Amino acid sequence: MTVTVYVPIDAGALSLGAGEVAAAIAAEAGRRGTQVTLKRNGSRGAYWLEPLIEVVTPAGRCAYGPVTPGDVRALFDADFLHGGAHALRLGPTEAIPWFKGQQRLTCERVGIVDPASVEDYVAHGGYQGLKRALSLEGAAIVQAITASGLRGRGGAAFPTGIKWKTVLDQQAAQKYVTCNADEGDSGTFADRMLMEGDPFVLIEGMTIAGIAVGATQGFIYLRAEYPHAHAALKTAIAAARHAQYLGADVAGSGKRFELEVRLGAGAYICGEETSMLESLEGKRGEVRVRPPLPAIKGLFGQPTIVNNVVTLASVPWIVVHGAEAYAAFGMGKSRGTLPIQLAGNIKRGGLIERAFGLTLRELLYDYGGGSATGKPIRTVQVGGPLGAYIPASQFDTAVDYEALAGIGALLGHGGIVAFDDGVDMARMARYAMEFCAVESCGKCTPCRIGSTRGVEIIDRILEGVDGERNLKLLEDLCETMVQGSLCGLGGMAPFPVQSALKYFREDFRARVN
Amino acid sequence: METLSPDDSAVVRRIVAEHLGRPGPLLEVLHAVQAALGFIPAGAVPLVAQELNLSRAEVHGVVTFYHYFRRSRPGVHTVSLCQAESCQAMGAGALTEHARKRLGIDFHETTPNGRFSLEPVYCLGNCACSPAAMIDGRLYGRVTAQRFDELIAEDSAAS
Repeated sequence: MTVTVYVPIDAGALSLGAGEVAAAIAAEAGRRGTQVTLKRNGSRGAYWLEPLIEVVTPAGRCAYGPVTPGDVRALFDADFLHGGAHALRLGPTEAIPWFKGQQRLTCERVGIVDPASVEDYVAHGGYQGLKRALSLEGAAIVQAITASGLRGRGGAAFPTGIKWKTVLDQQAAQKYVTCNADEGDSGTFADRMLMEGDPFVLIEGMTIAGIAVGATQGFIYLRAEYPHAHAALKTAIAAARHAQYLGADVAGSGKRFELEVRLGAGAYICGEETSMLESLEGKRGEVRVRPPLPAIKGLFGQPTIVNNVVTLASVPWIVVHGAEAYAAFGMGKSRGTLPIQLAGNIKRGGLIERAFGLTLRELLYDYGGGSATGKPIRTVQVGGPLGAYIPASQFDTAVDYEALAGIGALLGHGGIVAFDDGVDMARMARYAMEFCAVESCGKCTPCRIGSTRGVEIIDRILEGVDGERNLKLLEDLCETMVQGSLCGLGGMAPFPVQSALKYFREDFRARVN
Repeated sequence: METLSPDDSAVVRRIVAEHLGRPGPLLEVLHAVQAALGFIPAGAVPLVAQELNLSRAEVHGVVTFYHYFRRSRPGVHTVSLCQAESCQAMGAGALTEHARKRLGIDFHETTPNGRFSLEPVYCLGNCACSPAAMIDGRLYGRVTAQRFDELIAEDSAAS
């Protein structure tokens, strides 16, 4: 009898040798004449255990990890195909403490299903949301999303239902649903994991959005840095179309919804929604002045939903289980769950989906196990390159939109990057300005010129030229950029600089290189 | 301006023809041109412009806006090193210095023998396995200087 072994095909797992492990298992099974069925799943998200392989036993899936190709022979010797004892044996996957307390709603199937198989998706409860949505009026679907309290997970945290309602209320011959998959924030990879591990949930979410507001065409704007996600999405879209979940007659409803992936080309600014729309139209990704809102005049001038991957992928769960069930998770105005991404200098990095409200300290130490280097964690940057640096004294802050805003920080897309006490915060501040200079679309002056001047001023401070005067000038420049920039890039790039100045001013001293 | 060879012109014309009629096709066309030719030659710009009924300035503007589009031929292997915060927290700076010395080139340059181009990248989405690198579309995590040398040696041997 054949035994099924799961080896992730997730880009992060592959980057640690999962492909070689899969090949080694196949080769060793061949050598021994043992029947093994290799299945390729997404990552469960515990990257410190990757490559994490799972054997299907009568008692459920049993995990081993991190596995290298060199371990494979010994695993066979230990009869891992029947859950045999081995130093790398982790036991039943769901019982691993790191997974046990998680509340996986949006990512419920990531790491579990075969991302290329629509049948597997359906077997694990997929397309139940669409089925239910097709029995409802568009307005009722929108109402459910509004009542769930779902807010944009890309970073802006705008109430999703209100956005959808605006699009629903427009009269137009053509409306669009666009997915912002330009996940450019350092420390974030939830979109990538979803697209690689459970692409159908995104496709289903976009289809429900289309049905709800009367849009017949969807676009996924995917960053070019994600070739694995691109391949996974193309495969899944073709499979969904073949199974008639996409096309002129979605699931036999007579309603149309088409979907296409388009690649970005390495511009961070295209994660800003109006810039993304310009890019989708084949133009330079320059920010548009709002109003008009994209929900009124968006892609090709038509009413357009623009939502992040996680937002759209949360929709099927909400439609199946109901708005109240989703809103029962979370705290305050942050309802539901958030796939939190733990990254940087951290011992146990990866994806943790939990209801809003966990503190940074719980994440960094209970889940993360402290820094990878074993040194104290001095600061974390939350919310990507535009997010503030948070000092250790504020690690008891809850992961919640309002709580983080309350300390002058932001949650963004839920990425947390840890730094140990070796970090030079003046260098990180310089990097924030440098990044803004590299990625500025150039449309507005505070961002385009201000970021370059910011780099120069920090360089002068570090060279010991007029330290106090230049520190003041830097603070002034930050204020100008925050107040005067057209979009969040120039308007928020000063946040990491300002927080570094506020909490780590001792790092802004002249030094000898 | 260099003109395209008849073969390359035919490739560009075919690519544009495949995308005509689709909404806002310019980025898709440029991706296909770069995939076919390895970069976007200056001579392709007026051709794409003419075929898509755009101005040269519009096409040039798009090519130069996006970091991913190259205007010169890359090396046999393109090595991208992540420079973003998560990778910095795990030593991307030192790794980058090592790579510069090892290859003898800076970012946006190609080794004289044409084998390697070195590029910065701002996040590969592998932040729980920092520092990250991508070589010819293959992703690598927790890259040490030693691992980098092994990968470069493998790639040198493979081509």
